[in-house]
Amino acid sequence: MIIISCLSDLLPGEAAVVERILPGALLGRRLAELGLTGGTRVKCELAAPSRGPKAYRIRGALIALRLADARTVIVRRCPAASHYPPPS
Amino acid sequence: MRSGSASSARPRAITVALAGNPNVGKSTLFNALTGKKQHTGNWTGKTVEAASGSVRNMPVRLVDLPGTYSLHARSPEEEEARAFLESGAADAVIAVCDATNPERSLILALQLLETCPGRVVICVNLLDEARRHGITVDTDVLEKRLGAPVIGTDAAHKKGLDALCAAVLRIADPPSADPQAVISPSEEAVKEAPAEMADFDKQAEWASRAEAIASAAVQKTGAGRRLDAHLDAIITHPLLSVPLMLLLLAGILWLTIVGSNYPSALLTRFFEWLEAMLLSGAAAIGVPAILTDALIGGAAHTLFTVIAVMLPPMAIFFPLFGAMEDFGLLGRIAFNLDGAFSRCRTCGKQALTMCMGLGCNAAGVIGCRIIDSPREQRIAMLTNSFMPCNGRWPILIVMSGLLFGRSGTLSALTLTGALSLGVGMTLLVSRILSATLLRGVPSSFTLELPPYRVPRIGVLIVRSLAERTLFVLARAAAVAAPAGLLIWALGAAAPGGISLLVRMKAALDPIGRAIGLDGAILSAFLLGFPAAETVLPILFAIYTASGSPGGAEAIFSANGWNTLTALNTLLLCIFHFPCSTTLISIKKESGRLSDAVLAAVIPTLIGILLTSLTTAVWRLFT
Repeated sequence: MIIISCLSDLLPGEAAVVERILPGALLGRRLAELGLTGGTRVKCELAAPSRGPKAYRIRGALIALRLADARTVIVRRCPAASHYPPPS
Repeated sequence: MRSGSASSARPRAITVALAGNPNVGKSTLFNALTGKKQHTGNWTGKTVEAASGSVRNMPVRLVDLPGTYSLHARSPEEEEARAFLESGAADAVIAVCDATNPERSLILALQLLETCPGRVVICVNLLDEARRHGITVDTDVLEKRLGAPVIGTDAAHKKGLDALCAAVLRIADPPSADPQAVISPSEEAVKEAPAEMADFDKQAEWASRAEAIASAAVQKTGAGRRLDAHLDAIITHPLLSVPLMLLLLAGILWLTIVGSNYPSALLTRFFEWLEAMLLSGAAAIGVPAILTDALIGGAAHTLFTVIAVMLPPMAIFFPLFGAMEDFGLLGRIAFNLDGAFSRCRTCGKQALTMCMGLGCNAAGVIGCRIIDSPREQRIAMLTNSFMPCNGRWPILIVMSGLLFGRSGTLSALTLTGALSLGVGMTLLVSRILSATLLRGVPSSFTLELPPYRVPRIGVLIVRSLAERTLFVLARAAAVAAPAGLLIWALGAAAPGGISLLVRMKAALDPIGRAIGLDGAILSAFLLGFPAAETVLPILFAIYTASGSPGGAEAIFSANGWNTLTALNTLLLCIFHFPCSTTLISIKKESGRLSDAVLAAVIPTLIGILLTSLTTAVWRLFT
């Protein structure tokens, strides 16, 4: 299984941890404000039809990002058995 | 209050800033505290202008800052908010957090605590929504960790507001200058960061602090979210999404059409009675006939027609639309359609402005403010008129009756078909504009999909009626009466025995016939420029002036109408220049006269093109 990939590659139901946001990303700052920083756990929840945006659970909020933008976020997939949010 | 000399000093007003992320119920809180009725859509995240009001008749001025995710970004809203806060104009700041999403909304709260130390009250709003989603927030723990007063509220149901006011007043004007009056923060709340830390890392630091604090104070059972997830899975399903959205659209159209039939008929009868009363009253007091004809038969009659035709559908459509907005559906629709729109180099939010345009194109144009990219905003404004507004529906419905027979269901289906045509043309023209006049690449955008919320019906109806319906009605009235006067004048002024109206019809006839219509139809559309609702009445007036009384069908067939005429009138109705109010709105919103000109020219050219095409095909086969 590919461990390191980009956020846009996650399928609904897959969780990952953010490694880094590629420099020069237009949305870099906006993503950071929304809480998408290194070490953040994210989970892909929805995929819009017709190669549209995907919606990710980021720090409790459901945020839709276009694939072109999500491609600039590098993530490390969590093994399938893991569960988000982590049971407390 | 600060006291100066007892006899001459007036109490100084306290200024309180209201800050928070978009979608946290800030506007609801603002309205609850000030009694105002300000509104932002819960999916737009954009308060367009900062508003201020006084709180409950106290000398406390509450300033509603634009919703922001951070104080340190580049957007104009965030700059404005930060400038205001750093200026020291605010004696206190209410940091509104979202109980359904504390980690994220705490980030801004932490920034506020740093920017305005000792002056911040944390307000945890949306407690009812949180409870519904199985989330509980421990405000005492938050208070200890943040080192500032934390008040839980449910602004929608006006709970917790007294405690909030008390806390704010205490912070803004402490009873004594005693430092013990301020809560001292716990150890974790005071963290030092090197001053040269890059913004990006600082952001990450705030985020992790927020996460740490939230995890200590928030309990989630995770139960409530399952329903949301199921709904979302259905609505964004690759196969179901388009049929569902079409169904939703058709349903709203059907409800609007069928629901407004009876009220419109009632209003028409009432206004007929009113007109008769006015006429006889005017005659009784000896008002000259020409005046009564012009003012009552002309101006007032047109005004009444517009109101009778326009008010019922809008009173149904806008609340329905508002319900979808409140519920959270609009964000999902934008999400679904963004794929198609981004391929046309615009964005999914345009779909939402198109929906608003269904109610009123001027409202749709103003609604384009939700689109972040100026280029895409302009495209959305220029194409908004492809969505026929409420005022144009009667034309479409009558044409549908002529073509397919009269029935509420068939009308709704025809309307849906007409809309699909409009949507297709919007995508096409947007794509072309993006390649030519308004060149550019798809913008980056983020869209938050908030949890589904039960629409608050009472507030919704009041808001829809007051804001949208009455606003639109007012401008229609302002426009319809003068327009009616003008049309009367054109009909009455008859140099050489032939009225100007008939002359106009005759002059336009050749052009009309070339595209499968006639001079009367063209005249009606041209004279209907101020308000789309007047097109049908003008058309009937022109026809009956030339002597053909009777019901709609009788009038049409007496004037040489056939299937082509009905079809082309339908097409021209969808694709012609927008009404004057819409064009004025476009000029105002974009600041360019050229945009208003384009917005008039593009649809008209398309309308002429399509009608020429159908005429050519028709002539080929007959």
